[in-house]
Amino acid sequence: MMEGLGVLIWTLVKILAVLLPLLGCVAYLTLAERKVLGYMHARIGPNQVGPKGLLQPIADAVKLMFKELILPSDANKFLFVLAPVLSIAPALVAWSVIPFGDGLVLADINAGLLFLLAMTSIGVYGVIIAGWASNSKYALLGAIRSAAQIISYELAMGFCLVGVLMMSKSLNISDIVQNQAGHAGNWYWLPLFPLFITYFISGVAETNRAPFDVAEGESEIVAGFHVEYSGMGFAVFFLAEYANMILISALCAIMFLGGWYSPFPETWDYIGAGGVHWLAIKTSILLFFMIWFRASFPRYRYDQIMRLGWKILIPVTLVWIFVMGFAIAINKSPALEMTVLAILFIVGLISVIISPKGKFGIANRHYANHSTATVEQEQGK
Amino acid sequence: MPEIKNYSINFGPQHPAAHGVLRLILEMDGEVIEKADPHIGLLHRGTEKLAESKPYNQSIGYMDRLDYVSMMSNEHGYVLAIEKLLGIAPPKRAQYIRVLFDELTRIRNHLMWIGAHALDCGAMAVFLYAFREREELMDMYEAVSGARMHATYYRPGGVYRDLPEKMPQYDKSKYRSKSRLKKINKNRQGGLLDFIEDFAIRFPGLIDEYETLLTDNRIWKQRTVGIGVVDADRAKALGFTGPMLRGSGVAWDLRKTQPYEVYDELDFQIPVGKSGDCYDRYLVRVNEMRESTKIIRQCIDWLRQNPGPVMVEDHKIAPPSRVDMKESMEAMIHHFKLFSEGYTVPEGEAYAAIEHPKGEFGVYMISDGANKPFRVKIRPPGFVHLSAMDEMSKGHMLADVVALIGTMDVVFGEIDR
Repeated sequence: MMEGLGVLIWTLVKILAVLLPLLGCVAYLTLAERKVLGYMHARIGPNQVGPKGLLQPIADAVKLMFKELILPSDANKFLFVLAPVLSIAPALVAWSVIPFGDGLVLADINAGLLFLLAMTSIGVYGVIIAGWASNSKYALLGAIRSAAQIISYELAMGFCLVGVLMMSKSLNISDIVQNQAGHAGNWYWLPLFPLFITYFISGVAETNRAPFDVAEGESEIVAGFHVEYSGMGFAVFFLAEYANMILISALCAIMFLGGWYSPFPETWDYIGAGGVHWLAIKTSILLFFMIWFRASFPRYRYDQIMRLGWKILIPVTLVWIFVMGFAIAINKSPALEMTVLAILFIVGLISVIISPKGKFGIANRHYANHSTATVEQEQGK
Repeated sequence: MPEIKNYSINFGPQHPAAHGVLRLILEMDGEVIEKADPHIGLLHRGTEKLAESKPYNQSIGYMDRLDYVSMMSNEHGYVLAIEKLLGIAPPKRAQYIRVLFDELTRIRNHLMWIGAHALDCGAMAVFLYAFREREELMDMYEAVSGARMHATYYRPGGVYRDLPEKMPQYDKSKYRSKSRLKKINKNRQGGLLDFIEDFAIRFPGLIDEYETLLTDNRIWKQRTVGIGVVDADRAKALGFTGPMLRGSGVAWDLRKTQPYEVYDELDFQIPVGKSGDCYDRYLVRVNEMRESTKIIRQCIDWLRQNPGPVMVEDHKIAPPSRVDMKESMEAMIHHFKLFSEGYTVPEGEAYAAIEHPKGEFGVYMISDGANKPFRVKIRPPGFVHLSAMDEMSKGHMLADVVALIGTMDVVFGEIDR
């Protein structure tokens, strides 16, 4: 009895040890995003609350907590309140299987990868229910868009993870990382290069971030699925979005960038040793990319997102998995073969991009079809 | 079995992409637009009616507030109509100043447009970059007229005053370091013309920045190529003017076809599109900004070499100088009459149109010989463009409607008047 209680308390302490820093990271990710966006936009970003604006997330949280919760008329009360919970819970639960270091994991389960896939796909229910329960046309449109988008990109994401699975031959996430032990050359990003890129793009789409943010596209459907939420309801959706961003970045770092391992050879002093800080650094870099995308890209249209997902990303992943299947049939651990193929793939990609004649080349300026012929008319005509 | 039907959605008037107070009733089949019905009038302020009850000069300020992102161009149309009725022409220098500020206004309008259009399509950065430059254009307005937005600078018979010899500078402040102060005052050491020239030299490079973000961007092209296509004949039939018409491939620009002021002395070209979609209109406007920069530099050169009066000498129309008023009784009387009663305009009617940044901005004015216009009718370009909303958006998706509002460059001040 006492022992059971001890285990329970110990587990709770462990959960808090994961959750509290995570929520802190989420809060400060919002600040980091605003700051980075600000500097990219030739402005400063928040700098008034606390030294250099460092207390801004706390001020935001306090403000949102004391705001009135508004229930739209004819909204389904139960589902309306349930939706934010459904949205944030999976985003936090998924962290239970993330290994932060060697053995540093809340639940070292063997089906970790499947657990992750299950959890990240539950998040969409929060969005759909929020959109439906709000009794608003804008919210409903956002929910439909979001549902279609997340389900499509989930497929591409799943296929990417299949590639990881084939390489590591394990569903246990700690094992996946340990299979990448060593410097950057041993990580999966190189042999699985197309999957790595696809996974990150799908991840950005999965979290409804720009340029795939049609679910909340502020200039089209205002805020999409959470347009009717205020105060804490909105805050929870907000937290869920940022928690998901961190989750996707961390997963990308774990699956393709060697998790907690250092990019340098282990024989190097200090910087060669693995640790949580490497995971944090890799995650932060990926997060920075997400913010960078938001600062610079226009938004895709809803049907264009679908086209990208189904016609480009899924075929790319399928082909790579197929190729890998052949490689495995020939050689049990095909890391070297796949690396060579990936390098060929990268070289091919670059040559297509810089080729002057190709359809997709950067040299193929759109001016060719849409030239603005500058016409000078005779005066006084 | 439940009946399947389209549903309608109320797009605006409170909507971030409604560019003010546009209310669109969209009938949609899923995401596809079946019918778009723009409702206008939410910003109606009765400008035309108000102008009937005031001496001519007192309505210039109302014109600023029509299209409130290209203020001086509106004034220009109004002032030209009065001048036509009066049968006067401003001095050459005033004409050059007007052209200079017309083109600055064009850039200012297009900066607002490129920012808003890109923001509507989800690209945030362009908006803030455009506003960075717009700030300097506001400083030019302020230096010349005292107001950053609603300048009331053009007057019948010329412009309110000559360009200042000295550009105002930033003051010391505890929030600014010395080096920062020096940096922001660097291009303000000379007169306004030097400030404008510095801007005109830098600006093409800044346009390149926007183009880097948009022109060859795949997503931007996917969002704009083939959206809202209007062919040349249809564009003419719909009454399009300005970049909307030129985007469809019709080389029609009042600055070339019916030159007013000194446009016939200046060297510039008018960009014309080919396919009449949003992307072509985007290219046309971006190239217009480059052409405007050229015109501005020509105006600066001319203005530097040719000092002179900027207002007609006729004190029945233009006020006498303040110095004269202290000594001359006649000047005092002129001033008093002009600012209380105004001037009378001979009976008749006139239509004056200018190439506004958005298209043809025309003012049709009837005078019955009194000191107030009998009737003023304003022909705003945006109104015509907006009325093509239904035709242009049919069959497109909801996100395209937003791109279309952006490409039309609608501003409700002029549409609702």
